Amino acid sequence: MALNRDDQSPLFAAGVVGTLRLIVYLALACVLMVLDHRGGWLPSVRYGLSLVVEPVYRIAGLPSQGFHAATVAFADRQRLTDQNQRLREDLLLANAKLNRMASVAEQNQRLKELLDTQHSLSLNVQLARLIGVDLGSFRHRIVLNVGARDKVRPGQVVIDARGVMGQIVEVLPTTSVAMLITDPNHAIPVTIERTGLRTIAYGSRAGDMLMLPNIPVSADVQVGDKLVTSGLGGRFPPGFPVGEIRDVAQTPSGTFLSAQARPAADLDRSEDVLLLHDLAENAGPPEPAQEAGPPASLAPDPNAPPAATPAPAPTGASTAAAPAGGAP
Amino acid sequence: MNKTRVRQLWFAATLLISLFLMLIPLPGPLMPLKPYWPALVLLYWCLQSGDRVTLGLAFCLGVAADLFDGVLLGEQALRLTAMVFIALRFRSRLRFFPMWQQSLAVLGLLVNDRILLMLVRVFSGDPLPPPEYWISPLVGAALWPFLFLILDDLRARLRIHEA
Repeated sequence: MALNRDDQSPLFAAGVVGTLRLIVYLALACVLMVLDHRGGWLPSVRYGLSLVVEPVYRIAGLPSQGFHAATVAFADRQRLTDQNQRLREDLLLANAKLNRMASVAEQNQRLKELLDTQHSLSLNVQLARLIGVDLGSFRHRIVLNVGARDKVRPGQVVIDARGVMGQIVEVLPTTSVAMLITDPNHAIPVTIERTGLRTIAYGSRAGDMLMLPNIPVSADVQVGDKLVTSGLGGRFPPGFPVGEIRDVAQTPSGTFLSAQARPAADLDRSEDVLLLHDLAENAGPPEPAQEAGPPASLAPDPNAPPAATPAPAPTGASTAAAPAGGAP
Repeated sequence: MNKTRVRQLWFAATLLISLFLMLIPLPGPLMPLKPYWPALVLLYWCLQSGDRVTLGLAFCLGVAADLFDGVLLGEQALRLTAMVFIALRFRSRLRFFPMWQQSLAVLGLLVNDRILLMLVRVFSGDPLPPPEYWISPLVGAALWPFLFLILDDLRARLRIHEA
């Protein structure tokens, strides 16, 4: 038993010292966890250490990138041709739709301008790519290849071609982490497109579904109903598809209906995603209207000869605005 | 002197690789099968050269893993420290177990680790994990003999045996 001689024997003082050390380290870990949970300074520590963290992400993302490249390189010609054909058709279809949409959007814009609202249909977006990094299973998070240097901010909405994917929760200099809408800690305000019913879709702990646990029993909800963002809460802009109801049942207590929905976005397949730049308008009462027209100091003198004013309409607007701006 | 440096490099390299393995994603359906690599590699070193693996090292490795994963700081540090403590305690016994018994012991350690993780997550307000959550320790224990033999073989080939 010469081998055992140089080991620390658990019978003697070493054991006590080991236990003490264990307690110290466990306490340290607990203190760290509590501090981090309360203060949430993990993101700032990670931001500080991004010089280390980000290259590791890039390297860890290489295998999945290589796998993707290999599937493309070894895919047979037939499949690529088929895929190309399908993409062409899709593009054609999308372009046709886009052209039609363009005219509708233009009309809409005109009508809205007439109504004097400031909504706009155009999207201000930024393209981002996923980095294949696994942030632990059962955590619905993805890593994107844009960060603070690309002016990404926490709270920006991530969408793909089919619908809402989630929102940015953490920003590093050149990467960022987004929480998916299926995360158990995520909730998104939605309306059911067919009936206009407002409710909230939560992520679920069991995989890739959304839960709508509190729909009134009397509400009209059917399987196949589409969910779109409602724009309430001021985080997600209204009108983006979120999912489709797959299952409706009463809750065990019988006080609510609870529905399950499948997300519209390809949460586990998308590689390119879009980040929305302009956030939704804030909920609550609208801000007071900005005064329109040129500043009051430029208002034409009412005593001036009428030939100096180019058109009657702007004059009306500026004189109407002048008392609002100039009144003491 | 050169030999000790090679030994230390190899030691650090395996730990680093285990961190990378933790970050590399698997295709969707295989996701829950992923073993907890840093724990497995750390256990190997615990059994092979127990004087090199200390609680402090486990703690540091755990904090590094937390930083990379973006989970609560200290979560993996807690888990790895507890695991290394148990492994070091029973080191002299575990070393002379036949492989299948060693695998069972590793399974026990990994399940214990999962329970710790679940406790931490539930305390911080997450819901209970789904049943697939418990598959990973089984995979880890099934991989243990292979990991052990491969690492041992590599160590022999690199001629960095101790003594």
